[in-house]
Amino acid sequence: MRKVSIIGIGQIPVGEHWDLSVRHIAYHAIAAALEEAGTDQVDALFVGNMLSGALLSQEHLGTLIADFCGFRNVETAKIESACSSGASALRVGHMAVASGMHDVAVVCGVEKMTDTTGENTTAGLATAADAEYESAHGVTFVGLNALIMQRYMYEFDVPLDGFAGFSINAHRNGAHNANAMFQKPISLDTYLNAPLIATPINIMDSSPVCDGAAAAVLVASERVGDYVTGHHPGAVQILASASANDTIALHDRRDPLFLEAAYVSSQKAYVESGVTPADIGFFELHDAFTIMSALSLEATGYARRGEGWHLAADDAIGPNGRIPISTMGGLKSRGHPVGATGMYQIVETVQQLRGDAGEGQIANASIGMAQNIGGSGATIVTHILGS
Amino acid sequence: MSIASLWRTRQQRYSLEGEICPDCRQAIFPPRDVCPHCSEAAGPLHTMSGRGEVYSYTKMFNVPNGFLAQRPYTMALVKLEEGPMVTAQLTDISDEEVEIGMPVEMVTRKLREEGDSGEIVYGYKFRPVFAAGD
Repeated sequence: MRKVSIIGIGQIPVGEHWDLSVRHIAYHAIAAALEEAGTDQVDALFVGNMLSGALLSQEHLGTLIADFCGFRNVETAKIESACSSGASALRVGHMAVASGMHDVAVVCGVEKMTDTTGENTTAGLATAADAEYESAHGVTFVGLNALIMQRYMYEFDVPLDGFAGFSINAHRNGAHNANAMFQKPISLDTYLNAPLIATPINIMDSSPVCDGAAAAVLVASERVGDYVTGHHPGAVQILASASANDTIALHDRRDPLFLEAAYVSSQKAYVESGVTPADIGFFELHDAFTIMSALSLEATGYARRGEGWHLAADDAIGPNGRIPISTMGGLKSRGHPVGATGMYQIVETVQQLRGDAGEGQIANASIGMAQNIGGSGATIVTHILGS
Repeated sequence: MSIASLWRTRQQRYSLEGEICPDCRQAIFPPRDVCPHCSEAAGPLHTMSGRGEVYSYTKMFNVPNGFLAQRPYTMALVKLEEGPMVTAQLTDISDEEVEIGMPVEMVTRKLREEGDSGEIVYGYKFRPVFAAGD
């Protein structure tokens, strides 16, 4: 197996792009990534997307976007694993290049969520759960996360403001990211007075519905020199790529308060890269809801079970903390265009490792981890990148 | 859910019909082809008692299409006394009553209506178990 490097990244600002279609925003990200990579060779395009069929009545997204980008005679496919579609697509691109089957693979995560009504989007997101035994009873994704958070607060005696630090940190960091949906800090008061969506989850615990596209160009590390010449921001290597699943339904988990798939995929990634949690300079975790930040920190080895929320309360997750998270705003502030999110995490990790993160730059970070969650913890993909 | 899917799952929605694994003896709901506990072929049908307790709950204010008329409602994870957990709405409750550990029992209620001329879907919800004299 060959090692794989990222030689170009591109993204569109996350937001409500009513003037642009899914193909336009994907093209924007892909064109930017290819321009940065300095190549027009594309052997394969893998598109991470969750909801184009449900919300846009458009499937066959791989070829739709390849066509719009002007690619002919390339391999292309849409990769879907709910909210982890972006990272799953990267993993497919990684396997394609690592195996030697392709020399240049482009991976794009894209989602267009604002072309329809909020109720349709909510129903679409619920398709990531078990349709017959979860969604059929009226539970939404916010609802599933609320069920986890309520039980977590009960078992571990967490106060109402126990998760506030995750949201405050994300917004503080997102304020420095020109591609973030919300670029302003929030106060504890804002968090405490936010309207409830599904008790105990309020709007400030929850990531927003939005549009976005982010892309990366992958080549074999041994061949980076063939593509990268002259003024180039530098290649970043994928040190590990791993994925694991759990039960589709939350109610079937051995322990609904533990992300077993995050534990397994991060352990695989630690072994593959030879990296330990202490070596990692920052962690782009899947903060779709604040409770997921706590559970992710526990499953990846940064906190004991039931103690992940302490890291927010102690600000160990800030830019100068023990383990900085959501350094460019995370899902909460940058936004969560579901199938695109995993690729935003990767693009931001590359920005940090190159030293291109602007005011949000984490000092001296040479290794970063990104973890993307599909469903209520059912598919979890972990990547570790190094400069 | 389609008409065919509603028909296939009727015994689950109306009577909590699951299975007992012939190898590890664990109760399973809904029926599967492979036991999730021991990975052996799952076994004979078994109807759950319908009794259980609230593992967690949430009052939902934003709800999907098809459920707007019931908004807001309370969802719960209910741990059945046989072992499996199910996701279902709580009914016959007021806000203050709900707490983790509360004993509940299955009842059959309307889950959703598909417009004026579509199917009306019935299935399980759970209500508090009242002590004698309540």
